[in-house]
Amino acid sequence: MLSAVLILSGLAVLFGAILGYAAIRFKVEGDPMIEKIDAILPQTQCGQCGFPGCRPYATAIAGGNADINRCPPGGEATIIALANLLDREIKPLDPENGEIKPKMVALIDEQRCIGCTLCIQACPVDAIIGAAKQMHTVIAEECTGCDLCRPPCPADCIAMVPVKQDIRTWKWPSPDMPKKIDPPKKAAVNAL
Amino acid sequence: MNARLSEKFRLWRFPGGIHPEQNKSSSTETPIEAGRIPPRLILPLHQHIGEPAEPLFTVGERVLKGQAVARANGYVSAPVHAPTSGTVIAIGDYPVPHPSGMSAPCMVIEPDGEDRWVDHDSVADYRNLDPAALRNIIREAGIVGLGGAGFPTFIKLNPGHNKAIDTLILNGAECEPYITCDDMLMRERAAEVVSGLAIAAHALQARESVIGIEDNKPQALHAMREAARSYPNMRVVEIPTLYPSGDSKLLAKILTGKEVPSNKLSLHVGLTCINVGTTYAVHRAIHHGEPLMSRIVTVTGGAVGAPRNLDALIGTPMDELLAQCATRMDRIERLVMGGSMMGFAMHRADLPLIKTTNCIIAAAAAEVPRPQPVMPCIRCGACSDACPMSLMPQQLYWFAKSKELEKAQKYDLFDCIECGACSYVCPSNIPLVQYFRYAKGDIWTQESEKEKAGIARRRFDARQARVEREKAEKEAKRQQKKAALDMANARERGEAQAQSAMQRAEARRDAAMQEAGKRWGAQPPTAPESSAPDKTASAEPDKNEPAQKND
Repeated sequence: MLSAVLILSGLAVLFGAILGYAAIRFKVEGDPMIEKIDAILPQTQCGQCGFPGCRPYATAIAGGNADINRCPPGGEATIIALANLLDREIKPLDPENGEIKPKMVALIDEQRCIGCTLCIQACPVDAIIGAAKQMHTVIAEECTGCDLCRPPCPADCIAMVPVKQDIRTWKWPSPDMPKKIDPPKKAAVNAL
Repeated sequence: MNARLSEKFRLWRFPGGIHPEQNKSSSTETPIEAGRIPPRLILPLHQHIGEPAEPLFTVGERVLKGQAVARANGYVSAPVHAPTSGTVIAIGDYPVPHPSGMSAPCMVIEPDGEDRWVDHDSVADYRNLDPAALRNIIREAGIVGLGGAGFPTFIKLNPGHNKAIDTLILNGAECEPYITCDDMLMRERAAEVVSGLAIAAHALQARESVIGIEDNKPQALHAMREAARSYPNMRVVEIPTLYPSGDSKLLAKILTGKEVPSNKLSLHVGLTCINVGTTYAVHRAIHHGEPLMSRIVTVTGGAVGAPRNLDALIGTPMDELLAQCATRMDRIERLVMGGSMMGFAMHRADLPLIKTTNCIIAAAAAEVPRPQPVMPCIRCGACSDACPMSLMPQQLYWFAKSKELEKAQKYDLFDCIECGACSYVCPSNIPLVQYFRYAKGDIWTQESEKEKAGIARRRFDARQARVEREKAEKEAKRQQKKAALDMANARERGEAQAQSAMQRAEARRDAAMQEAGKRWGAQPPTAPESSAPDKTASAEPDKNEPAQKND
């Protein structure tokens, strides 16, 4: 009787020690769920979700303080990915946060730029080059199309233009979508 | 003797496959004809897999036949050569043969009709050349896979480190309907094709070479057997006609029984597969010093009056080729580049012939299948039976349609070779292969977007860190300034205090002295008296000041 009690208490102490050690040794820094959510978000840092950047939004989702349908740049794909990750219902984008638009890129009309640096300060990804009283320009490859540079511009010289699709970024359209260019090109061939 | 051996050669079979109508006979009735030099040659700078070539000439400059007009940009790239002598008249975006129907950078050359060659040298004996040097010549000649993929050949002929290539497979299967360019090439120029194969085998240091030809090309088989007779370690193998035997992975399976694992290249199982047109180009490059400037192309279809194969210059507008083959342009219902299974419709006829154009089909109305209404999938499984890659097209179809791209990848979407056998057999007319192409494109886009998001995140984090640092620096500076100011203030205050303390001490002393004077009846001290006139003196200017101002 006594030996059984002793053995069981001994085991309890041993496992307690192992668990206690593991809790310290394998402690996870930060919340891995935030990282996972952040990895799905498009990183435009546009703030359309109402949070100051993608990571704060990810934190809010992980904390249960925000819904998954508040990211217009991510669109449907992001909502589906978040729903799958968090095992939630897929829902349409909240219209309060904006609408799904084609991918845009900022373009500065360099003739009209007065070199005030306000857009540089607004750009969350440092995609605008320039200095005070020097003309600014956008590094198109780094621009996320977040539209944050446009409002502060006093000269109103920044425009958001759709990203141009070329032959290398082209992809086959979905067969479910109505065809834009239908194959029989009789007219085109005849015209030649 | 080799021929005897090859007949005993064991063959393997891939699952599925189909027997579409071949439509090959009409274009094999006449021999290969040289294509005419057109009034304008449009040379796309991106005719291969990899980076586009960079132009070496500007508008107005003269170029000679065989001269490189654009150089390879990076490792996976290929140069472009002038197919005849002439003048560069434009460099810019022109419509190119591509399923998108879009334009891409091209160089336009106006031939001068002289057809004058640039200096070029052949290699005396390639066997004395180092394989790397040989590959470099092939690279400089701008040779890419002429079977349709357009992958730079010199990369394919590089076995890489510690990887011995067992078998070099020469692809003469030509399984797709309508296309006969490889058939005619093997019939008429078998010696050159086999010579090029020997060169490629040397570059690759392959143990043996196997030539696979479908049994619907008896003349080509005969010619190739004759040509290969004099080469050791070279076998011509007759394979049964079955679409898509011409796919490099499937041909490897048929000839060697080896299967290329998912997401791997045939290189990983000790195989390399190249097309007969490519080895012909290799032969021309090594033995004649000629870069790739022309290719054999099948011009066929119901609207073509005299279907045949043309040995045409790269860059020739297709309408010129169609005209040479007596095509009735008004009868063209659909214009296709490639075969009827894997080719794509073109939206205009003035697109240039490129290195990968093996066939132009000018189909008349009767040949073009009437678009049938797409019906729901009935899960009959016909597509799975037809799939040569043992995939489950009906499952992939559901995943692609519902955008469950991860699941599609789990069901090996990327092993799909887009042969179209599934669409061909589907009783519900579902364009299955279109869904797979679309899903692949969507996955690639998502992956590139993910990559871009990663870059944006790093840039955002770097910016945040910088803003924080600047803030901290500013704060530190402010603190420093404040501290300095405080110190200065303290010093001033300290001095003032010392002064007031001194004054107080003096005043006390004076008071004490006055008291003492009163007490002792001595003379009062002079100090208060002397200060009194001072005060009045200092007060007087104060009084005068407003007066002065009034003046």
